[in-house]
Amino acid sequence: MPDERMPPGWPIVARKEFTDHLYSGRFVALLAVLSLAGAGAVFAASTGIRSVAPQTVGIPALFLRLFTVSADPVPFALVVFIAFLGPLLGIMFGFDAISGERNQRTLARLVAQPIHRDDVINGKFVGGLGIVTVVFVALTLFVAGIGIFRLGVVPTPAELARLSVWVLAAIVYVGFWLALAMLFSVVVRRSSTSALIGVSIWLGLALFGNLAARLVARLLAPSGPGAALAEARLETLLARISPMTLFSEASSALLDPTVRTTGVVTLAQLDRAIISNLSLVQSLAVVWPQVVTLVAYTVICFGLAYWAFMRQEVRA
Amino acid sequence: MSDEPVISARGLTKRYGDTVAVDGLDLEIGRGEVFGLLGPNGAGKTTTILMLLGLTEPTEGTVRVLGLDPARNPLAIKRRVGYLPDAVGFYEGLTGRENLRYTARLNRMDPDEAEARIDMLVDRVGLADAADRPAGTYSRGMLQRLGIADALVKDPDVLILDEPTAAIDPEGVSEMLDLIRTLATDQGVTQLISSHHLQQVQEVCDRVAIFVSGRIVASGTTHELAVGGAGPERLELRIDGGRDDLVRALEGVPGIDDIRPGRRPGSWEVVVAREHAGEAVRALAAGGIEILELRRASEELDEIYRRYFQEVTTHAG
Repeated sequence: MPDERMPPGWPIVARKEFTDHLYSGRFVALLAVLSLAGAGAVFAASTGIRSVAPQTVGIPALFLRLFTVSADPVPFALVVFIAFLGPLLGIMFGFDAISGERNQRTLARLVAQPIHRDDVINGKFVGGLGIVTVVFVALTLFVAGIGIFRLGVVPTPAELARLSVWVLAAIVYVGFWLALAMLFSVVVRRSSTSALIGVSIWLGLALFGNLAARLVARLLAPSGPGAALAEARLETLLARISPMTLFSEASSALLDPTVRTTGVVTLAQLDRAIISNLSLVQSLAVVWPQVVTLVAYTVICFGLAYWAFMRQEVRA
Repeated sequence: MSDEPVISARGLTKRYGDTVAVDGLDLEIGRGEVFGLLGPNGAGKTTTILMLLGLTEPTEGTVRVLGLDPARNPLAIKRRVGYLPDAVGFYEGLTGRENLRYTARLNRMDPDEAEARIDMLVDRVGLADAADRPAGTYSRGMLQRLGIADALVKDPDVLILDEPTAAIDPEGVSEMLDLIRTLATDQGVTQLISSHHLQQVQEVCDRVAIFVSGRIVASGTTHELAVGGAGPERLELRIDGGRDDLVRALEGVPGIDDIRPGRRPGSWEVVVAREHAGEAVRALAAGGIEILELRRASEELDEIYRRYFQEVTTHAG
């Protein structure tokens, strides 16, 4: 006799996670920080764009510049800011996913309910992704609203499409960090340790990722003619191990139709190139490897967390 | 269908590497029965329960709960079995009621029906006033009561309680035992209770099994266990007099196995064949010995229990 048909269990877990996150202090704190920084960045960017208004005629996708341009007094563009702070979002909503259940001694009770064991981890991942989606959609709308108000420019359908795809990419990017944090929450017993590991990896990559890529490239690069180019290519390749680089490159192409490559370009290659704007599909093609790699990272991380969780004893 | 045991285990074994947590366990619990699994901490009680619920895989042996295999039909079993884990916990940020509501949702219960049932249950376990406070503010005993309510939310046919009386004050314990009794008699809920507090649960259990180091060393009704089957009777007595008086008075009584100092200071223990026990008592009275106190030493189940536990500790030590 098979199990009587019951609706799947993961949506119930996901709904609870989502609600818990929504009412949690960390959500409010994150939203406040993100909104403030986002508003600051966009305000500065829009001021910068206004001050050069006469020259902006004919600039493609002007509205999206709000996201990619930095101007005084805020030293970073919004996309850079998201690439930097996005991981924190994922870590905060994932670091105690499983260890929290263990610490509160609710795991045994939870898995004794009529759900499959993977409903727990799947539901938690989906719930986390849900809250991340809410944060990004809210932030993007907020920023776009400020932009419309400050610039008086309404985004075109093409710009909206680019923005939507970018938000999707950002969700995948944060999804990777969410899965990573959940992996630690499965493997490490203490939530605080799990959070610290996640934060260390995040800060390590953010602060030293590019530096490490440069150093290693310098060490490994061959000497002789063309050495500089080979070194630069190697450095780019190594930097792309980091999901932050992948997301930054994906953002740059998705939000700017003039970006035609994310690799190393020589002047010779640019010679007599025809300046034209890419369509969204073409832009997506430019950064397709980055996007696919990000998805793969997320899937691998979640797969590991899933595997580790399914093998664990309920009581430990 | 009704004769079929609700819970049955055959040759159930769980090994973790070289250590054997549960060793060839055989168990049968009938419908409406209250079964006590008694044993010291670390005896393998919780591991056994997790195997019954399909939450951990047996290394060997078979399990059937409500006629189903937990490895194949875990959801059907978990829908009908309420489980109170050892040292139960709740989401600290949610209120007691919200915690129960989550359990009801996980059991796909109708929201209105669940709400009514939750109201009834928090009242029944004495948490009506605290139900809307965060579970993080509850005392250990309150968590335990909430745990009982949680296990009952789904209106289970079978209830598995792991150390239900731990961390509850004496008054709470007797309330808990009343509840267990009522559930068994009024609603026919089959119950498996694990505990290391023999005195607390023995009175509500129809049958008990003493479980030590992954094995059942004795099982039966508390009465069967107390009389110890076919073994000799042990009479513990305090008399006005010494061993010589006893020997003299009991001379000629058949089946006397031993006359030795009892467990308590100043007492004596007479080991006598069961069928001659009455004769021995009469002989003592006839011999003019003033008996200050007489009891069947083996009647106290906890004495058996203590003996098994001592064996374990000596082995372990």
